[in-house]
Amino acid sequence: MSQRQVLQVFEQYQRARTQFVQTVAELATRPQNIETLQNAGVMALLRPLLLDVVPNIQQTAALALGRLANYNDDLAEAVVKGDILPQLVYSLAEQNRFYKKAAAFVLRAVGKHSPQLAQAIVDCGALDTLVICLEDFDPGVKEAASWALGYIARHNAELSQAVVDAGAIPLLVLCIQEPEIALRRIAASALSDISKHSPELAQTVVDVGAIAHLAQMILNPDAKLKRQVLSALSQIAKHSVDLAEMVVEAEIFPVVLTCLKDSDEYVKKNAATLIREIARHTPELSQLIVNAGGVAAVIDCIGSCKGNVRLPGIMMLGYVAAHSENLAMAVIISKGVPQLAVCLSEEPEDHIKAAAAWSLGQIGRHTPEHARAVAVANVLPVLLSLYMASESSEDLQVKTKKALKNILQKCTHLPALEPLLHDAPPNILKHIVGQFSKVLPHDSKARRLFVTSGGLKKVQEIKAETGSLLQEYINTINNCYPEEIVRYYSPGYSEALLERIENYQPIL
Amino acid sequence: MATLVRLQGRLPGFKEGFFQRNRCVDEYRQMEYYAAVKIQSWFRGCKVRAYIRYLNKMMIFIQKWWRGYQGRKQFRKMVETAYFIMKMNFYNEMAVRIQKRWRGYYIRKYIHNYYALKKYLEAISLNNEMVRRGLDEFAEMKEREEEKQALEREEKKKDYQARKMHYLLSTQQIAGIYNSPYLKSPDPMELQLRKAKPLGHKAKPRQKDVVDPCQLPRTDSFSSQPVPLLPPIGRQKPQGPFRDAAEVLQQRLKPFEPSMRVAASSASLEEAREKVKQEEWRNRVHDDEFFPFASCHKPYKYIPSMQRSSKYGKENYGLKYFREQHTEKWITNKDFITAVPPIHLFEKFGKTYSRAGEIV
Repeated sequence: MSQRQVLQVFEQYQRARTQFVQTVAELATRPQNIETLQNAGVMALLRPLLLDVVPNIQQTAALALGRLANYNDDLAEAVVKGDILPQLVYSLAEQNRFYKKAAAFVLRAVGKHSPQLAQAIVDCGALDTLVICLEDFDPGVKEAASWALGYIARHNAELSQAVVDAGAIPLLVLCIQEPEIALRRIAASALSDISKHSPELAQTVVDVGAIAHLAQMILNPDAKLKRQVLSALSQIAKHSVDLAEMVVEAEIFPVVLTCLKDSDEYVKKNAATLIREIARHTPELSQLIVNAGGVAAVIDCIGSCKGNVRLPGIMMLGYVAAHSENLAMAVIISKGVPQLAVCLSEEPEDHIKAAAAWSLGQIGRHTPEHARAVAVANVLPVLLSLYMASESSEDLQVKTKKALKNILQKCTHLPALEPLLHDAPPNILKHIVGQFSKVLPHDSKARRLFVTSGGLKKVQEIKAETGSLLQEYINTINNCYPEEIVRYYSPGYSEALLERIENYQPIL
Repeated sequence: MATLVRLQGRLPGFKEGFFQRNRCVDEYRQMEYYAAVKIQSWFRGCKVRAYIRYLNKMMIFIQKWWRGYQGRKQFRKMVETAYFIMKMNFYNEMAVRIQKRWRGYYIRKYIHNYYALKKYLEAISLNNEMVRRGLDEFAEMKEREEEKQALEREEKKKDYQARKMHYLLSTQQIAGIYNSPYLKSPDPMELQLRKAKPLGHKAKPRQKDVVDPCQLPRTDSFSSQPVPLLPPIGRQKPQGPFRDAAEVLQQRLKPFEPSMRVAASSASLEEAREKVKQEEWRNRVHDDEFFPFASCHKPYKYIPSMQRSSKYGKENYGLKYFREQHTEKWITNKDFITAVPPIHLFEKFGKTYSRAGEIV
């Protein structure tokens, strides 16, 4: 046998292995094949190929493994149980960039499913090598490593802390300064995932100086990058007043308002979330947002989109209005109430309606002027019908009730209150009648209108327990009118009148 | 004597009389005594009563004055208190008036200033309008940009299409499908075709027996980089006057050997000095240097030795210079260049396989 024939055997074997891993990698892209592959024992076959002598086969095997683990958590668990992780972690530090990328992909695919799997990756000591990969020259490797780190950190505070302890944050902050958009995007997402768990983690991110770099990227034309950047900023700002102030000090206003006009829905949502997280903390921060015209921009944003994208904007209006009456007035004059009323009546989902109801309650609870502005927008009947509707969720009912109570206790705009008199349940009626009893003694025109519009008649028909608050209010209202009129409008007056006729002795 | 006789004569009567008189006195004595007592008691009673009356009168007089004094004193006090209370009420009333005014003013001016609030709200609505307009403009600009980009893309696509379908161009003999003789004017596509340059034929990539990993489906972002090809197994030695592959590889992959000049930094001496300086500075305990106890360090006056001093002055030869200098014979003022750059080839001698190296 010649040397050529001997070598041919090896060549054939290598070609077969290459073809096998490539085919498996290709098959693993389609979800319908995964089960068959799993049943055929693909894990056991791929594992030795990870240690193959040919680098191409190694990395294609890692790629196939990653795709399999990406598919569901059973397969990811199989990867963990098969003791594949230590091999990967070992070779992550040793091999070339293509292999590093594939290995980081496997780690990411395993770690994304559950905290336990992510913990398994951390236990293998993968974090240190991933952090070393962040220092790699190749942007692809950095991207894969930061992606994996982000997926590990996203589960809970302990895992995030582990990532922070491995020293990933300074390198991630360096990564967001790289020219590659994809790398920046993923590094920003990882920072967002790390800082979302606790104020301490957010503080560590801030200490490295991430905010300035993140704030610079708000104007980037890439929508996906903007999403991640805004999300990271809002995750940092949400924890405490100090952090929110640091975010504000990076001069994100009024630049961030342009994001509310973006064509991408998620950019809008994340921008509104960021503004909400900042406005939430103190009246001063809310004031700053109002002065920058943030409220008007958010209201326009609410008007221009539908569904869940509206939710942060709606809540932001509520938070701003909750701080003080001036801020609530600012929301009113920025035409926020009609927009919220539209949300309340148009949105199909209960939680958005509940948020809108809550925000309206916060706007209307300050003074009669505020309550009037809310009542004029014809919100009260809608709130009442939502409260009464049987298909409303419990949360929505609680929120609408609270909002109604807040608004009604301040409302002195009687024309808006009158329609409610006819179909409100007793616990709401109490507040409505209470408002009438406060206003009528001092306003003669209103007294007259109250009679002619049938309000007095309705009040007489209310059955209140003696000694209750409602009864007291009714008595106060009755005392504003002459006795004959009260009697005239009381139910059963005609019978009483007829009875008197029967009993009357004609004078002859 | 007569008297005596007269007296004697009167004696019997006298005795009688005396007796009579005594008896009479004795008879009335008790009565008189009682009467006297009565009179005395009455008189004394009158006297004492008068005295008591007098005392009473005096007492009333005193008490009247005293009580009058007390009463007046109390009244004065009462008046004073009443006056004080009146005053206080008045002051309080005035204070309320002042405070009312002041508080109203203060609140209206600083805390709940209606006009300021109105102005602030107006400013906010104005600002809102501006922000809205600005954002609308921004959105419009974005939209325009996107439209422009889409148009450009469309144009590019059309252009590519035209290049691809360039064979449909009409010739002088045969009108193409876009240049129908029945049309008044040629189709715009025809004009486009005229402008376009036909696509050249690309050389087809050589088919290999190994599947090119670049052609694998890329679903993951990280696989965007093409995987490099593997070196083929068992390549035969190419024909020709080539060196052994191992030798070439060794030559190619040998570690970098910088020359001495390159290896040492130009500033290494300065750096070392700096380092030593730093070290000294760091290790020093005290900024002032320690002087020894002896006075030898103190500056002393130089006394020239007797042997070396001469009255003909100082000889500079051997002290200032050692060589005769004739500056008038100099051609140029510049020094000769003393450092010669090392010759590159010498350092590589024997380390490369190049023939040229050996010749030198």
